[in-house]
Amino acid sequence: MRWVLITVALAFLAFTLLLPLVLVFSQAFSKGFSVYWQAITEPDALSAAKLTLLIAAVAVPVNMVFGVAAAWCITKFDFPGKNLLITLIDLPFAVSPVISGMIFVLLYGAHGWFGSWLMEHDIKIIFALPGIILATTFITSPFVARELIPLMQEQGTDEEEAAIVLGAGGWQTFFRVTLPNIKWGLLYGLILCNARAMGEFGAVSVVSGHIRGQTNTLPLHVEILYNEYAFAASFAVASVLTLLALVTLALKTLVEWYQRRSAHDLAEAKSTPERMAA
Amino acid sequence: MSTRSRILPGFGLSLGITCTYLSLIVLLPLATIFSRTTDLSWAAFWSTVTNPRVIASYRLTFGASFLAAVVNTVFGLLVAWVLVRYRFPGRRLVDALVDLPFALPTAVAGIALTTLYASNGWVGQYLEPLGIKVAYTSLGITVALIFIGLPFVVRTVQPVLDDLEVEVEEAAASLGARRWQTFSRVVFPTVAPALLTGFALAFARAIGEYGSVVFISGNMPMKTEIVPLLIITKLEQYDYAGATAVAVVMLVASFLLLLTINLLQWAARRRMAA
Repeated sequence: MRWVLITVALAFLAFTLLLPLVLVFSQAFSKGFSVYWQAITEPDALSAAKLTLLIAAVAVPVNMVFGVAAAWCITKFDFPGKNLLITLIDLPFAVSPVISGMIFVLLYGAHGWFGSWLMEHDIKIIFALPGIILATTFITSPFVARELIPLMQEQGTDEEEAAIVLGAGGWQTFFRVTLPNIKWGLLYGLILCNARAMGEFGAVSVVSGHIRGQTNTLPLHVEILYNEYAFAASFAVASVLTLLALVTLALKTLVEWYQRRSAHDLAEAKSTPERMAA
Repeated sequence: MSTRSRILPGFGLSLGITCTYLSLIVLLPLATIFSRTTDLSWAAFWSTVTNPRVIASYRLTFGASFLAAVVNTVFGLLVAWVLVRYRFPGRRLVDALVDLPFALPTAVAGIALTTLYASNGWVGQYLEPLGIKVAYTSLGITVALIFIGLPFVVRTVQPVLDDLEVEVEEAAASLGARRWQTFSRVVFPTVAPALLTGFALAFARAIGEYGSVVFISGNMPMKTEIVPLLIITKLEQYDYAGATAVAVVMLVASFLLLLTINLLQWAARRRMAA
């Protein structure tokens, strides 16, 4: 019975997860290494890669500040409307990526709320970089907060209170006491946030306008090549994104391991108070 | 409580950042969509969302998502069970791989699945002679949604199975319960709330999914056109009012699902605490 279940489960996973993964690399190299290399080093691909990195470089730090601030006020204080606030933070996860892109078109597009004002002042948001960054930031905003809130809730406020009573400043307490406690959770959230920011397709596709060399991210570049029947090139670029996904999974597993270990250490330290004093 | 808020600093700053950010990035943009619907009269709104092409895409999106979530619930439970209960070589690697659909950009999943299930693909070439067409049909859409939704069920069920003590099952077995009885009377009732939550999460993700589906769906109006694609088509035709009307129905459905999920989790926590 046991081996039947293991075999069925593994066969299912191999079929649904592993097969697509193997296919990406096999298709990427189907026309040989030179075609592969050319596909990922041509100017359009490089500019798409640069844009993708730039978007993540803005969206991830911004959402880190938001996530830490949100987790701090939610877990360290009591105030009315807290549960509503938690639900609102989660909201972008419930919204379809296409609708996430669309709301920014409705706001800043040519026919949008601020459209005519932006046109007068010659500011372009939709079909330009700011729109892509806004849509990506919206989509990825819950990741860090969501990771930190349960973690910091569990840790409570005792350590911070002790630091303050002993005369530490607010920032000092945060950087010396809170941050070391939450560093693995924070890193975990950042990794997931980054993966989504670099890989987002639906929302970015609505706001980008698909201008080659200008507003094309890597996932959009994959789509364009695929629709032009340049399959090998499309899969070559896709394989770069797949590698990113695999690195994300590896880092995530590593962080989970460290997190468990530090939780274990903490539990041990708490059970032997003399070790804390030492 | 009041002493706590007096001791620790930073309440105003952190709440201020949180509320300002949420308002600007999330709430204001989402509010536009509801205010935009007021551009339409009720009759115009109704005729837009009950247009046969729109109805067909709602039916397809919700139907395929439901089917995919059901498949995910069955196999998700199996995978979670195997990962928690059995030790076999490569288990940790498999465990890490389960999150692949979370990490892999949806467009990559989309082109990979389409190539696999096309009539000359690795899998498609064996299904075609059997008369089974996957790529460019609603079956293909379901396949993509199964890929996307799998981790939701596995990751919600796994911790509950982890907490379920083997001793309880052994007790049931020693009291004369058959293996199937132990599962249906002891294990299943315990994981059922988590399973339902995982189902709802997978379903919610599936109805909004775009990237992995758009390549394999074929995008034929009335047949294989999903709601997110219909919204994009309307946007590209500058039919903002129509796109908004279609989107609002989706959004309300998503929010109801989110509410259900939160209630389920709240109920599960209360049961755990009791």
